[in-house]
Amino acid sequence: MLQVEALNTHYGRAHILQGMSLQVGSSEVRVLLGRNGAGKSTTMKSIIGLVRPTSGHIRFDGQEIAGEEPHRIARRGLGYVPEDRRVFADLTVMENLEVGKQPARGGMRPWTAERLFELFPNLGRMRDRPGGRMSGGEQQMLTIARTLMGNPRLVLLDEPSEGLAPVIVEQMAKAILALKGEGLTILLAEQNLHFAGGVADSATVVEKGRVVWSGTMAELRADEAARTQYLAV
Amino acid sequence: MDSLIPQLLTGLAGASSLFLVASGLTIIFGVTRIVNFSHGSLMMLGAYIGWSILTRLPRDPEWFVLGILLTVLATALIGVVLEVVVLRRVYRAPELFQLLATFGVVLVLQDVTLWIWGAVELPLPRPRWLRGFVEIAGNRFPFYDLILIFVGPVVLGLLWLLMNRTRWGTLVRAATLDREMVAALGVNQRTLFTSVFALGAGLAGLGGALSLPNASANLNIDLSIITDAFVVVVVGGLGSLPGAFLASLLIGILQAFGIVLVPKITLVLVFLVMAVVLVFRPNGLMGRPQAEAREATAAAPVIRPAPRELRILGLVALVLAAAAPLVAGEYYLTVLTDACVAVIFATSLHFMMGPGGMASFGHAAWFGIGAYAAGLLMQWLGAPMPVGLLAAPILAGIVAALFGWFVVRLSGVYLSMLTLAFAQIVWAISFQWVEVTGGDNGLLGLWPPEWARNPATFYWIALALAVSVALLLRRALYAPYGYALRAARDSAMRAQSIGLDVKRLRMVALVIAGAACGLAGAIFSYSKGGIFPTYISIPHSVEALLMVLLGGLQTVAGPIIGALVYTGLADILVRSTDLWRLVLGTVIVLLVVAFPEGIAGAARRLWLRGREA
Ligand SMILES: Nc1ncnc2c1ncn2[C@@H]1O[C@H](COP(=O)(O)OP(=O)(O)O)[C@@H](O)[C@H]1O
Ligand SMILES: [Mg+2]
Repeated sequence: MLQVEALNTHYGRAHILQGMSLQVGSSEVRVLLGRNGAGKSTTMKSIIGLVRPTSGHIRFDGQEIAGEEPHRIARRGLGYVPEDRRVFADLTVMENLEVGKQPARGGMRPWTAERLFELFPNLGRMRDRPGGRMSGGEQQMLTIARTLMGNPRLVLLDEPSEGLAPVIVEQMAKAILALKGEGLTILLAEQNLHFAGGVADSATVVEKGRVVWSGTMAELRADEAARTQYLAV
Repeated sequence: MDSLIPQLLTGLAGASSLFLVASGLTIIFGVTRIVNFSHGSLMMLGAYIGWSILTRLPRDPEWFVLGILLTVLATALIGVVLEVVVLRRVYRAPELFQLLATFGVVLVLQDVTLWIWGAVELPLPRPRWLRGFVEIAGNRFPFYDLILIFVGPVVLGLLWLLMNRTRWGTLVRAATLDREMVAALGVNQRTLFTSVFALGAGLAGLGGALSLPNASANLNIDLSIITDAFVVVVVGGLGSLPGAFLASLLIGILQAFGIVLVPKITLVLVFLVMAVVLVFRPNGLMGRPQAEAREATAAAPVIRPAPRELRILGLVALVLAAAAPLVAGEYYLTVLTDACVAVIFATSLHFMMGPGGMASFGHAAWFGIGAYAAGLLMQWLGAPMPVGLLAAPILAGIVAALFGWFVVRLSGVYLSMLTLAFAQIVWAISFQWVEVTGGDNGLLGLWPPEWARNPATFYWIALALAVSVALLLRRALYAPYGYALRAARDSAMRAQSIGLDVKRLRMVALVIAGAACGLAGAIFSYSKGGIFPTYISIPHSVEALLMVLLGGLQTVAGPIIGALVYTGLADILVRSTDLWRLVLGTVIVLLVVAFPEGIAGAARRLWLRGREA
């Protein structure tokens, strides 16, 4: 469904992504693992178009999207959940969801605020609260819900467990599994191997902007050498 | 206190008009982050278009309303064209270049308006139904002012509904907070920005059309209203509609009472209020700290010493410049003298703006202070030119130190606006304090002494001073002080943590820049033989910005090249065409679109690329 091939991305002169390649199949949950600064977020920003890759290919449903504008990419059915949440602080929960709203796509049950409140009951209890006055966990739920309002077919989820209390991380994992149950395709970025293990089917490990390991989650569990070498666990 | 109520009502009516213009400006800034200098021009167009429509319609109330609405539509449409043709191309350019581009638009619209409607101001004969008076508390009060008083809150209410009760408004508010995220959620920013601009332009048009019955359509509207609107927007807090409304009330009422109580210093009063508000609330009454519009921005390149070839080129240019009087006639010598003044003017602004990170919109203030210092010393004490040239920078430096207390506490757009406001205060003083400054007629008879009166001699003096100032500023830039200053610009917090006194560094930069610029003002006055308030006008301040930005911020040679190119260009233009504003404005816009890093920056890039290849 999503193919990234030999992607290079620069920030100014710094060469960050150095030939990234990865694939995400339909209804697959793939996790992008790697240490802080490995280039996970940059990969996601390159895919959604927030940073323009210098070369390489990004294909979504077989169509080249590298270099396209973010809103066009998003409208193709690619959802992006940023790592630092970026909820609109002055807007209420309902308004945040409104911003994310896009027309429904054929073949999928469209997301509504009510359906999302079933997924994240906390949000349903604070519909009129400004995003800026929510806890970190609530904001993380809101930012995911906001992206889902666009009825994406594939979601880029950047470190949804980062900085959250263990209970919340637990809830987050449940929510992601529920989304997976709906058939949503997900590319997840994580440093938390435990969290990733609970939700992902397959993994791609990155280091310094390059893929150093790729396989199924079961293979990664078996490959202790890779885990210690690349992930220090 | 009989006059209290009518004065209050007049103030409220003025506040409404201010709000119409300021609300559009603040909405546009909120979303696009563009400080739109041409907003006043849109109001001016609104007044002219309104005049053209209203004078052709029957003079009944319902036709009047229709005419106003048509005007709003027309200006909104012009706003769309402006956004699509110009602004859309500069959203990614640095803030100041955007500002410059919108100033280019101001110039273009000036000439276009002049060309379509002529230079004579166009009053709108008030229809009878608008001429009535209403009695309030025993005072007769113009009916039309009452209408205006109502329009302000009504527009505020409608805007509030639009912003809070529609999807469009929600998207606009979201984009104000984080436009990149909005795009990543699938919202087309382009249409959003265009529609926001249309709304803002329409509001400006409304303000212009509604101002007609009390005033007239004239060519001064653009710059006079834009200053007031800037003040309102800044006092209210950039991007805040309720803030703009509150500030409009404050400023409107202040102006109304000021005219009665202290007619001479109304302008000063308004800007003092602005300064005080900004000191206590650096983000305006209802503004928030600017969460810098999130966008991946590249760090400012470091200023590096020029390559050797460039230095040799500079030396050759200097030798040629010194030899110029051997070939150039008297006319060209005055142009060259102007160029020397321009070099000081621009390098001094560059010093505080590039390395100092303080973009001044009011640099002409120091120019004027230096000029008047020299002029008044001569008038009062008969001080000769050398004394004047010495006193000008000293005085300008002292004033800069006083004013600096306010400035170094602010940053970004707020800082720029405060400098603009300060320049307007200085301008107001020079313009209104007729007994001392001669007002509009200026101070005359300021000639160089006998020995320097020869154009060639005077040119050499100017050249020597310009070269010395440029070298001194360059020296300061590469001294430890310069590095500290740049560290403070790049990250005030980190600079502080390694023990640098950021406020003090910036203060010193301001004083140096102010003093150098004061010298430029004095030289200029001696070369022209007089001093006029126009030295301190907004367009003159913008000229300094133009020179610096033309040349580029990232090189030391930039402002010098910018000053020379600008002086040459302006000279050729003014002599060859009546439409020089149109041409200059267009050139500015094209330059900003083509070279967002300035001429010198682009040249340097090409040069380096050529050598790498
Ligand atoms: N806006 C930026 N400008 C310059 N460098 C950046 C920027 N964002 C990230 N980087 C650098 O790019 C590298 C990869 O960062 P990132 O993609 O955020 O890594 P990860 O998400 O895996 O932690 C890091 O070295 C980081 O310092
Ligand atoms: Mg990251």
